[in-house]
Amino acid sequence: MGKTENQKAWFFVLPVFVLVAFNALIPLMAVVNYSVQETFGNNVFFFEGLKWFEEVLHSDRFHASLLRQLAFTGTILAIEVPLGVAIALSMPRRGPWVSVCLVLMALPLLIPWNVVGAMWNIFALPDIGLLGRMLNGLGFNYNYTQQPFSAWATLIAMDVWHWTSLVVLLAYAGLSAIPDAYYQAAKIDGASSWAVLRHIQLPKMKRVLTIAILLRFMDSFNIYTEPFVLTGGGPGNTTTLLSIDLVKMALGQFDLGRAAAMSIVYFLIILLLSWIFYAAMTREEGRS
Amino acid sequence: MKRLSWLVPFLYVLFLLLPIYWLVSMSFKTTNEILGAFSPWPRTFTFDNYIKIFTDRTWYSGYINSLIYTTVNTVISVVVALPAAYAFSRYRFVGDKHLFFWLLTNRMAPAAVFALPFFQLYSAIELFDTHIAVALAHCLFNIPLAVWILEGFMSAVPRQLDETAYIDGYRFWRFFLRIFLPTIAAGVGVTAFFCFMFSWVELLLAKTLTSVAAKPIAATMTRTASSSGYELGLLAAAGTLTIVPGAFVIYFVRNYIAKGFALGRV
Amino acid sequence: MARIALDGLRHSYLPQPQRPEDWALKQLDLEWADGGAYALLGPSGCGKTTLLNIISGLVRPSEGRVLFDGVDLTDVPTDKRRIAQVFQFPVVYDTMTVYDNLAFPLRNRGIAEPEIKAKVHEIARMLDLDSALARRAAGLTADGKQKISLGRGLVRSDVNVIMFDEPLTVIDPHLKWQLRSKLKELHQRTRRTMIYVTHDQTEALTFADKVVVMHDGTVVQVGSPVDLFERPQHTFVGHFIGSPGMNVLPCEVHDGTALFAGHRLPVQNPPKQPLNGQRLEIGVRPEFVTLAPEGLPVRIAKVSDGGRYRVVEALHDSQRIKLLVDEDASLPADTAHLRFDPGHTRLYADGWLVS
Repeated sequence: MGKTENQKAWFFVLPVFVLVAFNALIPLMAVVNYSVQETFGNNVFFFEGLKWFEEVLHSDRFHASLLRQLAFTGTILAIEVPLGVAIALSMPRRGPWVSVCLVLMALPLLIPWNVVGAMWNIFALPDIGLLGRMLNGLGFNYNYTQQPFSAWATLIAMDVWHWTSLVVLLAYAGLSAIPDAYYQAAKIDGASSWAVLRHIQLPKMKRVLTIAILLRFMDSFNIYTEPFVLTGGGPGNTTTLLSIDLVKMALGQFDLGRAAAMSIVYFLIILLLSWIFYAAMTREEGRS
Repeated sequence: MKRLSWLVPFLYVLFLLLPIYWLVSMSFKTTNEILGAFSPWPRTFTFDNYIKIFTDRTWYSGYINSLIYTTVNTVISVVVALPAAYAFSRYRFVGDKHLFFWLLTNRMAPAAVFALPFFQLYSAIELFDTHIAVALAHCLFNIPLAVWILEGFMSAVPRQLDETAYIDGYRFWRFFLRIFLPTIAAGVGVTAFFCFMFSWVELLLAKTLTSVAAKPIAATMTRTASSSGYELGLLAAAGTLTIVPGAFVIYFVRNYIAKGFALGRV
Repeated sequence: MARIALDGLRHSYLPQPQRPEDWALKQLDLEWADGGAYALLGPSGCGKTTLLNIISGLVRPSEGRVLFDGVDLTDVPTDKRRIAQVFQFPVVYDTMTVYDNLAFPLRNRGIAEPEIKAKVHEIARMLDLDSALARRAAGLTADGKQKISLGRGLVRSDVNVIMFDEPLTVIDPHLKWQLRSKLKELHQRTRRTMIYVTHDQTEALTFADKVVVMHDGTVVQVGSPVDLFERPQHTFVGHFIGSPGMNVLPCEVHDGTALFAGHRLPVQNPPKQPLNGQRLEIGVRPEFVTLAPEGLPVRIAKVSDGGRYRVVEALHDSQRIKLLVDEDASLPADTAHLRFDPGHTRLYADGWLVS
């Protein structure tokens, strides 16, 4: 259906534009401003050009936290997306249990992020936490405050716990939008359940899965509060993801210029990756 | 195999409920019991932690603050997103596609980095430590989301509805409020739910933009954790109470949650 | 290829049906001959889709049996029944090409590629899809997609029956006619049994050799289009088929003759035994009512143009009677008399034709 050309539509969009621009552009300009200056306190700034950018791009610290970030995002996407789809597929399509399931599954999404971190912090404590006690009881040597591997596993378990439901909700919404006739036609055509998944369910879920992956990608790249409360980036620097590193640098060491340059680089990375993904998915749609 | 498929969601829900159970169970324990021996359920069942929260002003005012700015933000986001979403779903105009993508990019901005500039911005306009400051700041990510979800719902309404109404002599705003809005009521509900949710769970900006008068409950909690020793029971009770409003809201929109995202477009 | 028999079929979607209206299908015994072109006609909610789904095995009947060539298949799943179905909304596999769509049912049954290729090309030619074989199925128009759905049934040589569930619902009006004649042509070429479900009498009457009319969960008549028009077994058939539908007038019977408002109306089927306590009606199609110098006195209420003829609505007291008159015939200004053709005027008791 063709939309009508109407430039007056801008008036409808104007309040949104003003409010978002106010919140997005002014702070962004401030960040850009910091990123090209040097300060030694007392509000005295010196113009430094692209010095910070060069430093950041060549610093081991940035590379290390970027690598950790990519490993984290990659891992949680690789777990949450297939797991979420599998759970959505095995849920009943109608009946009284559906809303019970959906309400319970949505619960983690509605808990303030620092509470999520605090909750997992006490849940996983090796001495008084249920998870820590159980794991150690089963013979694992588990202590997330001391061992990098335990810390990583806890961090990922927490994110899976926190966000898989979003993928489930989206995938389930995509699934319930498939008309019964498709399943009936597949039955008549003698399709196996693998073929139904491959040729009906996955293609019909593609759009919502795109949304799910994009959201999870963007949000996991920006994750700050939960790991900060859970591990504070430790032990050592082993779970210091990008955002935690940035805040440490900006507020802890008051290294504003470097932090700002790093955050711009990092914003551009998210933007670029999202755009590539977005473009790839929409071009796919254009072809069909 | 089909018989056992209920097992997957069942185990998943169990996994989701375990940490929540631990939090709730801890909130009914005394500090001594928590720090003393490991116990899977409260041995000396106590309401003290909850009583403290409901009688101490610094505690319960945190809840009130959070509820105020979350509600204000939800109202602002939905109200300004409605006409914008209508414009995106019905009209073509200069820059529409770029604007839409730009709105979405605001979810990509690392909030951690923006905290300091936000603090400076809202201090400069003398809104620091007010509810409205947090409500406005949360518009950064909630308005794009609201536009996105509403646009999906509106595009699902056939354009003939608009055309018929205009032919029947409706003026735009009357049509929009009397006919169009009731048609997408479910969408408005879902949008409000998601705005509420993201504003409720966000802490970083809320904490940065407030100190005393508008301090969110989540910030009260972090302060307790560090200043008044390690009062885990109190912390757990406060955490448990932060789940309640969300659970309450989700119950009302349970049948629409799934649809909300399904209809949004990429 | 098979003869399909439905034996004592009853179905309810409720677990414990009690009242008659709990049953979606009330009582059904029906036979479909091999190679026939059938239409299943009835208004929405009459149970025709339920019946179709019972034949295809998507719904298991509460009672009764489904027999293919005398073999009880009631509990045999859909994919083992050797049937094909075209749904109301086109179902195609979006990610596949048209060729792969048509090949899909054969591949699922493990047929060798060369054979598939030959079969797909043959069917694509029949459906005028050969130029689109390499295209993505998702990009086709609604009628193209419906052809693919049909093609997935036609490629299989084992198919006993192809069923259509209101297949033209989403097709543009000017293409409906084309696709309908294509279906008719395909039936004549392949001689497959086809069952076509619709609520549109034109579609049913042009496609089918035999029409099964359903009403309220029961089959009211099975017959050729001519039978349905000339000898409706039930007032519902008279009403539903034909435009305008049959006139149905309340009447009484005295000494074996039917009386409408005190006027004697000779009928083709005078009752042989008394019909006490039943609701009696006279049915006559507007085609068989004429203006006459004498007969039932009426007042002419309305005249409308119906193409080659005019539809006249006449009133006897408050009873409305429709008749057709030639375009150029002169009409009396106000009052007139009607004659009912005795060969086509019939007596109905409780809706059913009196025999």
